[in-house]
Amino acid sequence: MSTASEQQSTDVSRRRFLGYVLAASTLTVAAQLGEGAAAPHAEAAVPGVPEPADLYDLNDMLTDATLATANLITITLNADGTASFALPRTEVGQGITTSTAMLIAEELDLPLDKVQVSLADARPELVFNQLTGGSNTTISTYTPVRVAAATAKQQLLEAAATELGVPLSALSALQGVITAPDGRSLSYAELAVKAASLTNLQVSVTLKPATAFSVIGTPQNRIDALDAVTGRKQFAMDVQVAGAMPAMICRPPTINGTVVSVQNRTAVQAMPGITDVAVVSTGVAVRGRTFGQCIDAVRALQVTWGPGSEDAATDATVLAELRAAENPIVTPPLPLLTEAVDARFTFHFASNSALESNCAVADVRSGSAEIWACVKAPITAQEEIAAQLGLPVSAVTVHVTQGGGSFGRKLFHDAALEAAEVSKAMGKPVRLMWHRTDDFRHGRTHPMSISRVRATYSLGQVLTLDQRHTSVATEFGHGLGEIITSSVAKLPVGGLTFSETIFSLTQQTPYNFGVTTQLLTEVDNGFHTGSMRNIYSPNVRCAQELIVDRLAAAMGQDPYHFRRNFLKDPRAVAVLDKVAQVGNWGRTMAPGTAQGIAIHPEYHGFVAVLVEIDCTPATVNRQIPDAVTGPRVTKAVCAVDVGLAVNPKGLEAQMMGGIMDGIAVTLTSSLHLNGGYFQEGSWDNYFYTRQWNTPPELDIIVMPPTTGTPGGAGELAVAGAMAAVACAYGRATGTMPTTFPINHDAPLAFTPLPTVPPIPQSPTDGLSRAY
Amino acid sequence: MPSHTFVLNGQQVTVDVEDDVRLLWVLRDILGVTGPKYGCGLGVCQACTSHVNGKAVNICCVPVSDVQPTDEVTTIEGLPATVGQDLHPMQQAWLDMDVPQCGYCQPGQIMAAVAKVLQARAAGRQLGDADFDEIRNICRCGTYHRIREAILEAQTKF
Ligand code: FES
Ligand code: FES
Repeated sequence: MSTASEQQSTDVSRRRFLGYVLAASTLTVAAQLGEGAAAPHAEAAVPGVPEPADLYDLNDMLTDATLATANLITITLNADGTASFALPRTEVGQGITTSTAMLIAEELDLPLDKVQVSLADARPELVFNQLTGGSNTTISTYTPVRVAAATAKQQLLEAAATELGVPLSALSALQGVITAPDGRSLSYAELAVKAASLTNLQVSVTLKPATAFSVIGTPQNRIDALDAVTGRKQFAMDVQVAGAMPAMICRPPTINGTVVSVQNRTAVQAMPGITDVAVVSTGVAVRGRTFGQCIDAVRALQVTWGPGSEDAATDATVLAELRAAENPIVTPPLPLLTEAVDARFTFHFASNSALESNCAVADVRSGSAEIWACVKAPITAQEEIAAQLGLPVSAVTVHVTQGGGSFGRKLFHDAALEAAEVSKAMGKPVRLMWHRTDDFRHGRTHPMSISRVRATYSLGQVLTLDQRHTSVATEFGHGLGEIITSSVAKLPVGGLTFSETIFSLTQQTPYNFGVTTQLLTEVDNGFHTGSMRNIYSPNVRCAQELIVDRLAAAMGQDPYHFRRNFLKDPRAVAVLDKVAQVGNWGRTMAPGTAQGIAIHPEYHGFVAVLVEIDCTPATVNRQIPDAVTGPRVTKAVCAVDVGLAVNPKGLEAQMMGGIMDGIAVTLTSSLHLNGGYFQEGSWDNYFYTRQWNTPPELDIIVMPPTTGTPGGAGELAVAGAMAAVACAYGRATGTMPTTFPINHDAPLAFTPLPTVPPIPQSPTDGLSRAY
Repeated sequence: MPSHTFVLNGQQVTVDVEDDVRLLWVLRDILGVTGPKYGCGLGVCQACTSHVNGKAVNICCVPVSDVQPTDEVTTIEGLPATVGQDLHPMQQAWLDMDVPQCGYCQPGQIMAAVAKVLQARAAGRQLGDADFDEIRNICRCGTYHRIREAILEAQTKF
């Protein structure tokens, strides 16, 4: 039996890590990013509970002149007492700059508003460790960032001990001030230079125990909110780069069409404000004084276009292709009296267009290039841009700007690559932006897929669950490739394609449903695709949860109790119970309205969503100009357990956004393919959730910490919400929906914009619509 | 090239630019005022919403020649000054509710919200569900619920 003190020392050794102090004029500390950092520093496991001073003297600290500092993340303590950190991740709204600042504030004992977090330029030496995706940021940086901050605090304490002539163990740090027992104190500002090191040092530090947290786990407002509400937050198109004038592309009428010839290049170049016209690989680029004049020029261009890659494709042809490629379900011989439920679901193309359209600033010179763009795989962007320009990687600088949303879009750097090509072709800096219409029609999409699910049951047990998911290929790009393949190299998934690997790593069934198989088949098409928030899960899990409702009905059970009985993990049961209780599951609902409930496990977390939907004619037929109203989710209740919520307020925001996405992809938003292009060209064609679709009642419950380590948050809610809304719709109407969004096959709710010219002119009636 | 004069955030400005260039581009590309955002250029997304003489306007749909020398154009940058404070109560409510996610739509959301409240007030009422249905601003991050809460909080404070 271990004694209490032995347990305590084991606990401490689990919290002990290696940090670095770097030679610099003010205190600069670092930690290793990547796998090494995640492991506690075993060698430093010493008996008893050491004081920081003991550690400092304990030879854990090494002077290492050859210390590799390349793969480190670095925190600088500035002379004014603030701390700065350049996060090698991309902020697109998910709140990681705030949660990262919280980690630093926690370990450094510095007020949150004294921590500045910026976004690091592309750092090729980080290899696969500068990718923002898979809701992985907090999972992968939780320990390294705290180690660096703890190292800083330890150095500050050491400097203060010397300065005040007091043993280190007698000092306390609070809110950026170190205080001695006699009341004398020194601020971090006063210590920033004194604590600096002349050489690189390696030190052992001990992280705070969770019981001592005063910042982590508390609701905090975003550190960039003030900038956002005052218009000061700088996105790529707000960055002022000398000479970088607006540029736009005249794009082909169909996906991947090519330029054959341009008839009126000289005339367009002479248009007001226009400085340059150049043919590039994706169309004809124009550069001018204002984007408005670029729009005029794009519309004036007379271009002969070659065919695209999918000119004959329609929703129906792609669907037929998917059906032909679907793998059969072969169920093993089952006991007599076994019954089955079996259904196939169709999920149409959807757009991951953010409100900030694809854009980038590029300044390409003869021997170098500088790019400003919001990219979530900046190293890949840097490498590809260098290759395209024929420059060494080191000659290309990629500055990562704040992003106006991503939803998977910014895993790719389409606009940055294009801006570099245009800048090179014109020999001038450019501020390239996609028109909204192009962003829908030529931007990346969440691919169309079908999912067949078959489950068998007998004597109150589910015996098998088989799912065959067949999808137009999802492009992953090798940025994501590097990180996933590297982290799964040890897993028994050999022989699978990359997409199959992602699929098998992300798709789980949370229920004890006997023999379960889930397989992905991809049809390779000439579409621009990409991961959309939550990748496969919204479709795969929505299909499953609808089948779960069918099973429950077939087996004569209530959807909530049925799920509860079959769930594998107590954390899943806890979130399900929570929404059932808070959402008053099973209350009497009026005809045409119903509740729906669903669960989703992913990213080391669990989410449960309960919704109420109103499908009565009075609601469905509500008239709002240029809108799709339809069934309305009147209430949503969500309970989420991510293990440890670093910032519960930020987590709530992510759940809220995910629920709005789930409502959109279930009820209203999709792309319609016809004649080789998507019909949608504006936000009044692509019906993402609007104010009039928003649930009037929304309740999000962040569960208390369970595992003590943070899971992913940015995507988790989409699948849970989609499934809950679909289940509620099925229960309200009495018909299980099998096509998503449910209105996709209805007549188009808009008149498609023309494809030639490719973008519409801006209206001129602004003042007459003033309110 | 024609010359255009108007009042921008309390200061008179004059720009030389063709008549039909929309106000959004005059502000962003020529004057460097980047609070109003581009989200469509079609009068749909409302990201560019600013005020002209106190009313909400999609400035991507206003040719600069439509603006007269005495017209007061207010962008998110000039909103606090309209109430003589560092932050407009609507902006403060946005902070209190921690509304922004990526933040790209939020200048337009706030400018629309202020105008919507004033419009309802002029009609002698507070904002109701029907008014929320008229707020067309896209938030692709899905912050709609917190927007509603923030507007309800701020509507009596200015
Ligand atoms: S940019 Fe003006 S309404 Fe969309
Ligand atoms: S906060 Fe991102 S679009 Fe609204």
